[in-house]
Amino acid sequence: MRYGAGPQLKRDLTRLAVLAAAYLMLMLFVKNSYYQLILTLVPVWALFGVSWNILSGYGGQLSFGHASFFGIGAYTVTLAVVYWSLSPWLGIVLGMVLGGLAAVAIGTPTFRLRGHYFALSMLAYPLAILYVLQYLGFQEVSIPMHRDNPVAFMEFSEPRIYTLIAVCLLVAGVAVSLIIENSRFGLALLAIRQNELAAEAAGINARLWKMRSLVVSGMIAAVVGGFYARVLLVITPDSVFGMLVSAQAVVVTLFGGVASVWGPLIGAAILVPLAETLQAELGTYLPGIQGVIYGLAIIGIMLLAPDGLFWTIRDRWFRPKGAAPIPDVAPMTVASRPVRAGVPLLVVENVSRAFGGLKAVSEVSFSVTEGEILGIIGPNGAGKTTLFNVLNGVLSADEGSAQLSGQQMLGRKTFEVCRMGVGRTFQVVRSFPRLPVIDNVIVGAYGAGLSDRDAIASAVRALRQVGLQDQSGMAAGQLTNKQLRLMELARALAGNPRLLLLDETLAGLGREECDSVLTVLAGLREHGMTICIIEHTMHAMMRLADRFVVLDHGRVLATGLPRAVVEDSSVIEAYLGKKWLARQNA
Amino acid sequence: MDLEILVENVLNAVTAGITIGCIYGLMCIGLGLIFGVMRIVNFAQGELLMLGMFASFYLVTGGKALAFLGPYWGPFVGAICAAPIVFVGGALLHKFLLSRVSGLRTAGTLDEGHFGQLIVTLGISLILQNGGQIVFGSTPVAVRTPLSAEAFLIGPVYGGATVFLNKAKLIAFVVAILVAVVLYMTLEYTRLGKALRASADNPTAATYMGIEVDRAYRVAFGLGAAITAVAGGLMATYISFGPFVGFDYVIIMYSGVVLGGMGSILGAFWGGLTVGFVQQFSALILPPQLQNAAIFVVFLMIVLLRPQGLFGRSAERA
Repeated sequence: MRYGAGPQLKRDLTRLAVLAAAYLMLMLFVKNSYYQLILTLVPVWALFGVSWNILSGYGGQLSFGHASFFGIGAYTVTLAVVYWSLSPWLGIVLGMVLGGLAAVAIGTPTFRLRGHYFALSMLAYPLAILYVLQYLGFQEVSIPMHRDNPVAFMEFSEPRIYTLIAVCLLVAGVAVSLIIENSRFGLALLAIRQNELAAEAAGINARLWKMRSLVVSGMIAAVVGGFYARVLLVITPDSVFGMLVSAQAVVVTLFGGVASVWGPLIGAAILVPLAETLQAELGTYLPGIQGVIYGLAIIGIMLLAPDGLFWTIRDRWFRPKGAAPIPDVAPMTVASRPVRAGVPLLVVENVSRAFGGLKAVSEVSFSVTEGEILGIIGPNGAGKTTLFNVLNGVLSADEGSAQLSGQQMLGRKTFEVCRMGVGRTFQVVRSFPRLPVIDNVIVGAYGAGLSDRDAIASAVRALRQVGLQDQSGMAAGQLTNKQLRLMELARALAGNPRLLLLDETLAGLGREECDSVLTVLAGLREHGMTICIIEHTMHAMMRLADRFVVLDHGRVLATGLPRAVVEDSSVIEAYLGKKWLARQNA
Repeated sequence: MDLEILVENVLNAVTAGITIGCIYGLMCIGLGLIFGVMRIVNFAQGELLMLGMFASFYLVTGGKALAFLGPYWGPFVGAICAAPIVFVGGALLHKFLLSRVSGLRTAGTLDEGHFGQLIVTLGISLILQNGGQIVFGSTPVAVRTPLSAEAFLIGPVYGGATVFLNKAKLIAFVVAILVAVVLYMTLEYTRLGKALRASADNPTAATYMGIEVDRAYRVAFGLGAAITAVAGGLMATYISFGPFVGFDYVIIMYSGVVLGGMGSILGAFWGGLTVGFVQQFSALILPPQLQNAAIFVVFLMIVLLRPQGLFGRSAERA
């Protein structure tokens, strides 16, 4: 479980139990069969929203085509009864398995895409399936009755039993969602949504977690679809694969509040009865009026409460209490590695990377020995950041090798490089702005594969190392630039790296702030940390670095002790120009 | 299959692909412009197309304001006249609804406000579709022109193979090309075009340079709506349509825009043309139900092989 998740989970599960009980009580008083159907449909669409929320809400992978999974569940249950006389109970399970498989099949190619491209590509799947089903002649399929064994075929004369089943399914789905939300699964998804590259650099395998969330989401959606088919008895490709089905999941969730498990429940509880009642009351006089009112309702809520009802209400009346103190756990103690001075930790040989005709990094070679702080300096556009991007797998290298204690780093994915023991910070801080500082740092610890307890302890240690223990409960978005830089450093430290790649950690800091960050870095050296740092501020680098590598136009211009390097004439020329050199020599 | 018939079918698919494809291309430009400048996914674009069709219908056949132009000129003038009407509608939609969930207001926020935009455009789409049902009725209508039943015959070119060029589609094709060229010139060479492109590139920087980004967005949305409406008016000369027609085409539009590379106006045109081609060619070998499925399969293949689209560029910096 995530830090602070235990009590939260317990509270939420209690709320869920109370809600379910109240809903079932309400059900007992409803006699009208039409309203009973509505009572069954509310949890159905709520659960569909919950499934969408796992992928698109937590993970931020917007899907416009969740009907794929819904429809697969619905058609599996229906066709299994028609052709094999398979009980819908088993049909739903079968549908769930197929939904999961479909998620893998759909996710494998589609997760190569990002943002809008991902969202719109997801739209194509259900529609393609829809046309194929129409072509195959499954325009309208109904579930035949099996009067001989009604219970096995989910045939109940008492409609309230369907509501009961729907509520049970919803409770199970919400519980799954809560567990995800409160575990490293959820934290990984939240981190990916807020900054995918930062999550990768902190050791999170974004592709894998996204795929897992799609599979879980697809399985739940297929269960909902299967049950929906059994309740309605007749399905058409449009009614289960259509665009409106996908839209339903999106609308109930965004209306109620995205990235909260309660959002889809609130959305469905308001919108489903509204739409159904309008349809029944006004549909005959004014065809389409329900669509207009539905449209007005969702636009209205977006303008008044852009984050959805749940968040707006919570922020207005139930503001979570201020900054939580640093967790009361013993900071993890790491046996500081004995520094074998002079033993090379990172050996970079002949690394090149070109963008079209521009050689951003060209035949760069250098090495870093254990316990050393290596400063990488050079004018703007010298290829410093590109070098880091190549080293930690954000970019591929055209040639060359980079070995960390003899292990090849190049050709690996960003998160794999992180797990080899390479922490990285970015030129422009990449934080997870909505997560508290402690969670930002824990992401790094999870990335390194630590257990829940170790991850918290390691994060606490990292926060103390950089001096952010008092800010641990604040959202990262509220930090100052210096604090953000330190937090990013802590996130890298939480994974217990062997090597840190720091990209302009001092950029944009004032003199005093700069000094305090330098103190932190010097403290890391005391503990035997090996650091490669890119920096512009010469005076700071002179104080900090043991050795310099100077890059210019992608090439190594000079390597050596700071004093020697700054007096090197080619370095002076690169930084200050020929005129300066001439004047100095004169 | 007889070679002659094959040649005839292929030639006709090519001509139909080009004419329909270019009209689709124009339709896609409208969506591509909105996406390219504002970075919002507009689900109501199909309904803007529908509004264009009905605007033209009421000007020409229903309200007869343009009846004096006769059945040959009227429908095409009507299609052009749909532009200013839908432009105003689009600009109003932006002013009162979309501007609140897009642009500078949401720049830099989590997900860049995508969720809000999605809901608002879905809502607009629902209102226009269903409101259209109330206002326009649900019986399909068409902008009548005798041209849609006439064709130029070219050939016989190979043995007995003849190419049929539907006159309505041919004129619609010419008008579509003209409108696309005028729009392209406007974006490329005028001050307005520069302001739009600047706002698209970097809204914050554009603001600092004295460009009213909100106004630029409003113009872009109105213009995008108007362009798609013209395409709708042109299509109305050869298909019949009802308030729900937008749904069939919004998917085609998105396929085209994504194929062309989101954000590229020229790309959107080529993307639309590609979709038209695929649709017409799939008619040669596939049953009619699977024609749209073929579009999606080609769409998915291209997107997966070349995620930035045929003409787009991808850029992310660490």
